[in-house]
Amino acid sequence: MAAQTLFEKIWNRHLVKTMADGTALLYIDRHLVHEVTSPQAFEGLRLTGRTVRRPDLSFATMDHNVPTTEDRLTIRDPISKAQVEALRQNCKEFGITLYDLGSDEQGIVHMIGPELGITVPGLTMVCGDSHTSTHGAFGTLAFGIGTSEVEHVLATQTLRQSRPKTFKVEFTGRLKPGSTSKDMVLKLIGLIGTAGGTGYVIEYCGEAVRGLSMEARMTICNMSIEGGARAGMIAPDENTFEYIASGNRPFAPTGEALERAIAYWKTLPTDPEASFDRTLTIEADTIAPQITWGTSPGMVVDVTGHVPEPDQVPGYSRKDVEQALSYMGLTPGTPMTDIRPDTVFLGSCTNSRMEDLRRAAAIFKGRKKADSVRLIVVPGSQRVRRQAEAEGLDRIFKEAGGEWRYAGCSMCLGMNPDQLKPQERCASTSNRNFEGRQGKGGRTHLVSPEMAAAAAVEGHFVDIRNWS
Amino acid sequence: MEPFQSHRGVIATLDRANVDTDQIIPKQFLKSIERTGFGENLFFDWRYGEDGKPNPDFELNQDHFNGASILITRNNFGCGSSREHAVWAVRQYGFKAIIAPWQERDGTHVPAFADIFRNNAVKNGVLTIELTESEVEEIFEMVARFKRLEATIDLEEQRVTLHLDEEISFHFDIDPVVKDHLQRGLDDIALTLEYERDITDFETRHDIQMPGGAPA
Ligand code: SF4
Repeated sequence: MAAQTLFEKIWNRHLVKTMADGTALLYIDRHLVHEVTSPQAFEGLRLTGRTVRRPDLSFATMDHNVPTTEDRLTIRDPISKAQVEALRQNCKEFGITLYDLGSDEQGIVHMIGPELGITVPGLTMVCGDSHTSTHGAFGTLAFGIGTSEVEHVLATQTLRQSRPKTFKVEFTGRLKPGSTSKDMVLKLIGLIGTAGGTGYVIEYCGEAVRGLSMEARMTICNMSIEGGARAGMIAPDENTFEYIASGNRPFAPTGEALERAIAYWKTLPTDPEASFDRTLTIEADTIAPQITWGTSPGMVVDVTGHVPEPDQVPGYSRKDVEQALSYMGLTPGTPMTDIRPDTVFLGSCTNSRMEDLRRAAAIFKGRKKADSVRLIVVPGSQRVRRQAEAEGLDRIFKEAGGEWRYAGCSMCLGMNPDQLKPQERCASTSNRNFEGRQGKGGRTHLVSPEMAAAAAVEGHFVDIRNWS
Repeated sequence: MEPFQSHRGVIATLDRANVDTDQIIPKQFLKSIERTGFGENLFFDWRYGEDGKPNPDFELNQDHFNGASILITRNNFGCGSSREHAVWAVRQYGFKAIIAPWQERDGTHVPAFADIFRNNAVKNGVLTIELTESEVEEIFEMVARFKRLEATIDLEEQRVTLHLDEEISFHFDIDPVVKDHLQRGLDDIALTLEYERDITDFETRHDIQMPGGAPA
């Protein structure tokens, strides 16, 4: 058989049929559901008298809308409450497993998939959320869909898709201390632009990727969509198998079934002779910690850099840059390390896993946040929250002057009460610095957890590589 | 879904690149469990001032764009969140088609529209049209010069025609699957359910734990 990429192997094995018009009917192995993008899909099923074909393959949780404070179970906003209630009703009516608000396993949808073993290699996975690309870290084809497609998956367990192109991104060498997988992916987006990956599925490979933990790999795959790509994937390896075998993952295979699964998963990596539609190589050892200065994730520079001049940003017009700088309240030529965030947000499906919290806590240990800074730490899942508490990380964050929250999307998109005020500046470990993303008029700088933590301590950004 | 054949309407401009779906329909409107009521909140943060009144500086608020049904904008429209609410908002505001330029960057073709947005648009009968940067520039200039300039979009002929004294028209490419879909206003789910037998057959030979691997 012809040499195949990881993507091609998975795609071909999920092809139910190729339609007369050339579209693929693709079988979907796992469907994740949350409260915001599903109500209209369930309503559509009811209106047409259809049902959920495979309720055993859909898994739901509440994350976008939910408060993350102590009294989170009483949602005061009546419209948010109605949405959460709708998901509860829909899951009950159609027989879908729900990790409800208040459940031990509730969390951001892209956190709980891997935690519960719903996400394993070789699958097709979808969710009405663009950051579904996160799950690709396991060597699975995972992508975000709209609500009409959510309804389509519920009704048929398939999707009609045109075949994307393949894009290989190789990170050679090793990351230097202080740089993280967040910096790798921000660097990539800076290079290709936020539409550079449109129409492609990216496979990340190379020594630097192999050297990353599963959690760090999820961070890279998570932000694939910020480069326009539909999905990001990393071939499964020993790290992947170990992650799946460890911890309590009720949906993952165990024992003999796991051994058979691993033998199969080992056949998934891209064949040496396989070719991609496009390739790009980045030297990981040259990647500095990254900070965004604008309102698009591609508006990013090294921490040693400056706020750019409007005509010096490749891929963005002068007008784009002027608009972004005016929104961000920044002057060209300002060193990035002079920028002073008012809020530091540690959270989101990009960077709120155990390793992220541990690395941030290591920075806060024995230190306090600057008085000028509000610090919010939101674990991505209740599982992470419990583990962090078992390790005493919550105390470190609280002693540093931070707020320790319950699981949810929180200030990543500010659909719940956690929002920036107009002109408030935020160092955020999330994935989008769009205008108003974290609150109307709010100004977001995307960084890694350690860069965010150090900025909270100093009251301005610092180069984490020579900060102690 | 209403079939799309040909459409004539006023063109409105939105001179920005990378317009994301958070901007098209901000988060506070995603709490709705309905499929309607989004049009009045399209581009909410740009469109309305602090006092809740229309912001006179926002392009689409100009009187001569009233009732426009064709939007022309810049590259990478609809990036970011997968929220289909963005397409519902565009459609319910009254836009039936959006025109944006594809670009070339480092020798590769950068599509005009973000992937998920484009898919969502098709499902809602909204036509996304990709033209070249110079064609889009020309339309921007014409719209600035001739108030309430109208265009006809002929999907069958894949042509946008500007109604000037001397008509100008532009050919666009479109995925034949998308074209057929829009022209017939098809219901995807009903179509797929015609293949129910194939899906059931597939399920019998597909191991859900090891998809593609030998069934247990
Ligand atoms: S954390 Fe942010 S990016 Fe992730 S799913 Fe929630 S809202 Fe989306």
